[in-house]
Amino acid sequence: MSDNKQALQVAALKNGTVIDHIPSDKLFTVVTLLELQNSDSNITIGNNFESKKLGKKGIIKVADRFFTDEEISRLSVVAPNVKLNIIRDYEVVEKKQVQMPQELRGIVKCANPKCITNNEPMTTLFHVIDKEHGVLKCHYCEKEQSKEGIKLL
Amino acid sequence: MENRSLVTIAEHSKERILYLLEMAKEFEKKPNRKILDGKVVATLFFEPSTRTRLSFETAANRLGARVIGFTDPKVTSSSKGETLKDTIMMVSNYADIIVMRHFLEGAARYASEVAPVPVVNAGDGANQHPSQTMLDLYSIYKTQGTLENLNIYLVGDLKYGRTVHSLLMAMRHFNPTFHFIAPEELKMPEEYKIYCKEHHIKYKEYTDFNEETIADADILYMTRVQRERFTDLMEYERVKDVYILRNKMLEHTRPNLRILHPLPRVNEIAYDVDENPKAYYFQQAQNGLYARQAILCDVLGITLDDVIEDAKK
Repeated sequence: MSDNKQALQVAALKNGTVIDHIPSDKLFTVVTLLELQNSDSNITIGNNFESKKLGKKGIIKVADRFFTDEEISRLSVVAPNVKLNIIRDYEVVEKKQVQMPQELRGIVKCANPKCITNNEPMTTLFHVIDKEHGVLKCHYCEKEQSKEGIKLL
Repeated sequence: MENRSLVTIAEHSKERILYLLEMAKEFEKKPNRKILDGKVVATLFFEPSTRTRLSFETAANRLGARVIGFTDPKVTSSSKGETLKDTIMMVSNYADIIVMRHFLEGAARYASEVAPVPVVNAGDGANQHPSQTMLDLYSIYKTQGTLENLNIYLVGDLKYGRTVHSLLMAMRHFNPTFHFIAPEELKMPEEYKIYCKEHHIKYKEYTDFNEETIADADILYMTRVQRERFTDLMEYERVKDVYILRNKMLEHTRPNLRILHPLPRVNEIAYDVDENPKAYYFQQAQNGLYARQAILCDVLGITLDDVIEDAKK
């Protein structure tokens, strides 16, 4: 597919954020994590586009919306390689990458069924103890879990 | 106000541990006081643990505090579906300290975050049991005169044994040499061996438990090998009598050796060991009283100086 045709598939954005290189199977998880289902912004969601790196990828364009670093860091556990392009007046003015934060609050579910967080209406909290390998430690039961086994709330 | 709760001692500094042991020593000199006169201690046991509860309640009573609480969650509102937070908030209105035992891991951390009064963790599932670790450290300190450079032998269930894991972590400040004696199925988990390497703690592993292996021991810490821990019951039958300490095994051990056990024991220490002066498990339980007196005072902001001053009254 030529670049021209790909460009036609998704309308250009005047101001806002383009979230690119989302693994196709994680597209709707990203939507949920950024709470886009509750957003009033003009949003274009595309999926299964060709990608040299991923095979297939998803793209989300959100008009007039600029995400905070905290919001972006929520994506780190599911889609660490996502790229964000900040658009102002049709130009990319900034590129952002997802950074693994020190702490993940209210995002991940603890894998330990005997953990208090799975038995009490409360917010989960994980400390990231190894950013490179994505190892998390539950603040409450102190059990460690790796990125592969992570379940989102 | 700073939250002085005791959830774990894994992060305690060397100075902090020695400070609390010093305070326990003061209480051993004079266990009956009025230093907590007018205070109310709540003991909330969401899981029964008679030994720990009696020890905490005795500690509170001997310091002049009054005790409220429950020993069985069946009689409480948690059986009606009340959240832990609600129970803790309610009890905080009545008590100056909450001592809590819970079957869920992380319950103590959470309670300490929501409670306006200090919370003392009396065991949260398989996670932490800091007062047990304090009394183990106090017992070692008292019998050896130091915590430094000791040969500590951990025997039995090193896989699920919460007490041995906490002890190992707390001892990291004191240059110990650990000896892990356990059947294959109940070996010290890899994460704790990594912990040892990271903190430069020396250790050796054995599967044999006999006179020769324990010849250089300063502390022999026995634990119970439980049948329900085995996936292979043939393996259990094979090892169940291997990790039993018998009096004749102690003949050539060091004179300063002391035998510890968190109790209850079943058969892992033969009864003929009880008469041996190296047996220390009953005194160890008594040390729990002093360690817990120190913990109760510390979480209320009472200092070592206050405790020393109080003894002069």
